[in-house]
Amino acid sequence: MNSTTTTTATTHGARDHARAQAGATAEAMPVLPARAASGLPDGVPQERLTWVETVAGGGYASRVLARGTTLRLTDLHGDACAHVLLYNADQPWERLNVADTVKVPWQAYLGAGHPLLSDQGRVLASVVTDTSGHHDALCGTSSRDANARRYGADGGLAHGPAPAGRELFVLAAAKHGLAPRDIPPSLSFFQGVKVEPDGALRFDGSAGAGAHVELRAELPLVVLIANVPHPLDGREDYTCSTLALHAWSGRPTQADDPLWSATPESERAFLNTADYADARGLA
Amino acid sequence: MNAAEQQQLGTLPDGAIVRDEVVAARAPWSAVVEAGQLLSIVDLGGNQAVDCILYDAHDHEQRYSAPETIAQQGSIFLTTGSVLRTFEGVPLMTVLADECGRHDTLGGACSKESNTLRYGHHTKHQHACVENFLREGARWGLGKRDLVSNINWYMNVPVEPDGTLGIVDGLSSPGLTVTLRAERDTLVLVSNCPQVNNPCNGFDPTPVRMVVTQP
Repeated sequence: MNSTTTTTATTHGARDHARAQAGATAEAMPVLPARAASGLPDGVPQERLTWVETVAGGGYASRVLARGTTLRLTDLHGDACAHVLLYNADQPWERLNVADTVKVPWQAYLGAGHPLLSDQGRVLASVVTDTSGHHDALCGTSSRDANARRYGADGGLAHGPAPAGRELFVLAAAKHGLAPRDIPPSLSFFQGVKVEPDGALRFDGSAGAGAHVELRAELPLVVLIANVPHPLDGREDYTCSTLALHAWSGRPTQADDPLWSATPESERAFLNTADYADARGLA
Repeated sequence: MNAAEQQQLGTLPDGAIVRDEVVAARAPWSAVVEAGQLLSIVDLGGNQAVDCILYDAHDHEQRYSAPETIAQQGSIFLTTGSVLRTFEGVPLMTVLADECGRHDTLGGACSKESNTLRYGHHTKHQHACVENFLREGARWGLGKRDLVSNINWYMNVPVEPDGTLGIVDGLSSPGLTVTLRAERDTLVLVSNCPQVNNPCNGFDPTPVRMVVTQP
């Protein structure tokens, strides 16, 4: 039956109507199976893909990823802002700790080689590639309160005109059995913030279209991603463009990788991570 | 100055004293400060980091957010005028007076686990702020999942132009006081930092005085 003539007054008609959507596409959607995705960027190994999805501005996505997975985030059009939270999938009370992530490496600015640390002295993920250099680990994500004040009365609601990152994290977390109390400060990629000598925070925007970041999962991870404007983005309109996600299987950082021993703090963090994985029986 | 005299240090606001307690070096502390009351934190020995998390006393899910606080004020440092907000942007407390000049909220709390990264595995069994938070928080039904990035009163954490960040020698001295006003009933959870491997306590943890005043 042709969908244009389908009636939805009956169960069979409604079923046909629903099924007629098959094959439709949207800018923001997952591709299944991931290995069948087309138009892959350079450096993405098709045969090992486990996750391919695009997330519109104001949208979110989440995933459980195996240890060793590489997750590439791409700012397709130059106005994405990927707010990220990470949890140990085996025990999600162990989660990203942004304070330790800047304090332990003695570095407030995220970039290639930066370990994203849990509150248990372990590396949840490593930043292995960064072509942007515009990121932030200090300002967290947006709240409904702030978005309502900035973008208007309906601003901030998850399905309103200006979704707040916190609202989206609440939803993404719930898909993994996690509650609002499980949502700590987050970090964000593709929109930068710098600290002035007097402590003032200065927004310095994005590196432009096409920048990407790759994270390597050093433990099995729950990954939550909200693509929303940075809280310090002063543009009047809610401005956030599409984020592309590609993940593929691989190995966690090994002891002979320069990343492992890049700093004494990194080396002990990787030792703690391997020690945990060995005892837990993780490959 | 003897110990009893030292424990009287501080610049207190006018009003009836509701609570006046000395927190021993390395110890935790907690109390509910009611809306409108003032909490003064006195650095008795000088350069003593006081790690602190705030919760709405009636809804512990609403808790202090370091990122929301610094993003809304546009500066990483806490000082007079700083509004200490929840993740939803709601004011819990406001810094009314600050004799030190600035305080940290980027550096988080020390833990046994992070100590192994920062200093080596020989520090695994030293006391740490997270231990204090967990033990004291348990009295209020709070657990591991309720710990978030905290405030470090009297701790000095500059950020260099290249992003280098670290805990350096403090700016405080004996008797300096910071006074907060509760904007709603607020549970204040404190660890009087026991860290001995960096300058946050001048390598010598000392007592602090906590005074709640009803103006």
